[in-house]
Amino acid sequence: MALLSLAIWTPIVFGVILLALGRDEHVKAVRALALMGALVSLLLTLPLHLQFQVDTSAMQFVEKAEWIAHFNVHYHLGVDGISLWFVLLTAFMTVIVVIAGWEVIEYRVNQYMGAFLILSGLMIGVFTALDAMLFFVFFEATLIPMYLIIGIWGGPNKIYAAFKFFLYTLLGSLLMLVALVYLYNKSGGSFDLAQWHKLPLDMTAQTLLFFAFFAAFAVKVPMWPVHTWLPDVHVEAPTGGSAVLAAIMLKLGAYGFLRFSMPIAPDASREWAWLMIGLSLVAVIYVGLVAMVQQDMKKLVAYSSVAHMGFVTLGFFIFNDLGVAGGLVQMIAHGFVSGAMFLCIGVLYDRVHSREIASYGGVINTMPKFAAFALLFAMANCGLPGTAGFVGEWMVILGAVKYNFWIGLAAATALIFGAAYTLWMFKRVYLGPVANDDVKNLSDINSREFLVLGLLALAVLYMGIYPKPFTDVMDASVADLLKHVALSKLN
Amino acid sequence: MIDTLSWFVVYPEIILLVMTCVIALVDLSVRSPGRGLTYALTMLTLAWVAIVTASHAIAGETVYGFGKMVVSEPMGNWLKCFAALALMATIVYGRPYAADRDMLRGGEFFTLGLTSLLGAFLMISGHNFLVLYMGLELMTLSSYAMVALRRDQARATEAAMKYFVLGALASGFLLYGLSMIYGATGSLDVAEVFKAIVSREVKHQVLVFGLVFVVAGLAFKIGAVPFHMWLPDVYHGAPTAVTLAIAAAPQLAAFAIVVRILVQGLLPLAIDWQQMLGVLAVASLLIGNLAAVAQTNLKRMLAFSTIAQMGFFLLAMLAGVVRGDMVNAQSAYGSAMFYVVTYVLTTLAVFGVIMLLARQGFESEEIADLAGLNQRSPLYAGVMAVGMFSLAGVPPLVGFYAKLSVLDALISAQGTEYMALAIFAVLISLVGAFYYLRVVKVMYFDPVPAHVAAPIESGRDVRLVLTLNAGLIVLVGLLPGGLMSLCAQSMASVLKSIGT
Repeated sequence: MALLSLAIWTPIVFGVILLALGRDEHVKAVRALALMGALVSLLLTLPLHLQFQVDTSAMQFVEKAEWIAHFNVHYHLGVDGISLWFVLLTAFMTVIVVIAGWEVIEYRVNQYMGAFLILSGLMIGVFTALDAMLFFVFFEATLIPMYLIIGIWGGPNKIYAAFKFFLYTLLGSLLMLVALVYLYNKSGGSFDLAQWHKLPLDMTAQTLLFFAFFAAFAVKVPMWPVHTWLPDVHVEAPTGGSAVLAAIMLKLGAYGFLRFSMPIAPDASREWAWLMIGLSLVAVIYVGLVAMVQQDMKKLVAYSSVAHMGFVTLGFFIFNDLGVAGGLVQMIAHGFVSGAMFLCIGVLYDRVHSREIASYGGVINTMPKFAAFALLFAMANCGLPGTAGFVGEWMVILGAVKYNFWIGLAAATALIFGAAYTLWMFKRVYLGPVANDDVKNLSDINSREFLVLGLLALAVLYMGIYPKPFTDVMDASVADLLKHVALSKLN
Repeated sequence: MIDTLSWFVVYPEIILLVMTCVIALVDLSVRSPGRGLTYALTMLTLAWVAIVTASHAIAGETVYGFGKMVVSEPMGNWLKCFAALALMATIVYGRPYAADRDMLRGGEFFTLGLTSLLGAFLMISGHNFLVLYMGLELMTLSSYAMVALRRDQARATEAAMKYFVLGALASGFLLYGLSMIYGATGSLDVAEVFKAIVSREVKHQVLVFGLVFVVAGLAFKIGAVPFHMWLPDVYHGAPTAVTLAIAAAPQLAAFAIVVRILVQGLLPLAIDWQQMLGVLAVASLLIGNLAAVAQTNLKRMLAFSTIAQMGFFLLAMLAGVVRGDMVNAQSAYGSAMFYVVTYVLTTLAVFGVIMLLARQGFESEEIADLAGLNQRSPLYAGVMAVGMFSLAGVPPLVGFYAKLSVLDALISAQGTEYMALAIFAVLISLVGAFYYLRVVKVMYFDPVPAHVAAPIESGRDVRLVLTLNAGLIVLVGLLPGGLMSLCAQSMASVLKSIGT
């Protein structure tokens, strides 16, 4: 069974059918078909988890076929402990987004749902591609549906945001394309990632490659100082777009560091680790402070995403297993939590049509059920033990302390800032007396919203209380990666 | 000199010539406003020619005819096949447009299209400078006349004048350069010229002097900066159907003539012409992309985009010979061919949509006229978006692989200067992405303005071909291997014929 191909192409086929046949006249059928597509795709990814062998770092469920003979490009798929969870996360978030957009999206529903399904397939493709060109094609192709999602269903300044998103990320990946073609020629005509990992390279080449990859992935993550596109885009994107962007698309960049930068240019990665650590710490601390002064809830969560992703890159570039595994756990946790936070903002926005913190106050009085969920996600966002947010941050901080006490200390301060901006926002929006008539007239979440937030809450709690299934899967692959990165490619 | 094989070589041209005459005569008795019979006969002829050339191409033989005046080999036959198909699409898209604009009072739209294709065929199969020149003249003269088809319209007439004067100047350049080379080498035959230059008995200065004019003439024809001035005005001024007739099939012939003259004839001078192409390419990429950003007229924007795309094509052409070594030649020229073929495929779809949206008294050629197209017709907005993303080079559409193969040609040349060109090319294509995206933005994000809100009417043939065309852009994007190998093999047989 070609499970990975099914995981990639099922949502895409459903998406294309929706685009081709869907009309706003029979919107119910469109929604049902979209949900079916998302659910089938999610079910198809479950066997990946069940049949996954945790004791090996080898690629599993490998599929390989010739794709472009002229360039020796292969349709080569596989997952290991690093990528497995992202495949599931992507399929899961797609179901969430489809349900979350159920009645909220009123026009061109088929295009909305179709774009998300296609995007889901493409992102799974990025996580499973073992051929660099295949990776790049999926990586770039994700820009098209996201550009349209932001531009069609976004907020007032959506066009600016859509262009900024597309061009900013395209600039980075174009430089990476040059690097890929360079490596193709250097390796004697192969785009196979496993071969590139073994390819000896001198320091100059490694440095240049490292920075070419950096251009693509740092923008995507996004790392400070190339993070400026993210707040603008998040603010304007529709709720579902923000959720997918924060939950999965940012991870494409971080994943790229693990698959490309570190194993292909290990010496340059070690040489420039100080830079990566420095930028990550700036993201964690400075951007955390920036988040604190935001007036707009979405902007606040966007900056908080940058700060959390700073933890991820910090974990990666301290080169110990706690750090890397912690970074990966943090990526998954942040996927659930940031997605949930954006969906919460979406719930409020659908009712009041404002994202300003000042427009709210005392929401807990009128929406008690909703406020309970929001509190849980807020706690997870500041890394409370028992929630998903805690595990990853704690592992990264432990790893960082092992690497260098002062770096660990600096990273740990982020927990304070994180708690500060999240809880302060929670206080201003949810607690206190009812602030105005908008809030007074709020109705609590309906069963559909309850389902969406409930599913995410379960995921957040499960991961926080029992993270073992997540870390178990990663251990072998992370250990293998670190062993590989420790070896010099210079000779 | 003339043997049975010769007739085989020019078989497609003969079909085309005879059928053009037949169609011109039959058309005299056609009365219907849409010229249905002429249209049907033209389509049949083109399909016939496409099948014949494709079967020649698949046979894969290299045959010379008429004392090596003309040649039939896979590259030429594939290009002819694609050119015939491109003209078919052009006529399908252009017929309703032309009928609305009183351009079908006679059958000239069809017959001039066919004669321009005949010229293109001669350019493609010519193996002698004079034949090549003759083909070029036949093609461009037909084009001048087509641009002037709406003779009562000032803008079209002005465009025709401009096109004619500058085109004639360019032809003069080319002819002068070729005559210098003839004077130096004593031959007009492409292979003989090659041999004469390799023998090193010819004065280099004279050759390079001629070469400058040849390159300038060719640059004029493909619209490379600084010889691009005519292109935006002609694209803009000509009726859209004719714009497409100039922009699609002739590009394939232009590629062929560049290969015949620069590669097959003057490859020993590569070190000289590569430098010239380098300047032309960089200037085209820069001016084309930057000027396109400022355009509000879609046809003008596409004209500048063509200039930029030609810059990419020239980059591929200049990466063939590296420090006197030819190992890179096949992949470089193959990628140039792939680039041009896919560019034509995409251009067809884009202009197809523009013509579809135009109706009597409304040209639909401003970018703003596309506003809200997604609400009016998701299908056509989709076709246009596919075209735009492909031109911008976003995977998984075919334009990406075209850019990829050009980048590969540059980077595999392994030199700092080539690497610099590659990086320059990708960075400038970011500018390109901006203006292509703007068209998508207008179609998908903007509301429908009142003056374009009329329903879109289209014939079944137009809808079918347009959908097929966009489908091909996606399909060749998903599975680009076949066309890539086809181009590489075609170039391999060309390079083999010159003994490398």
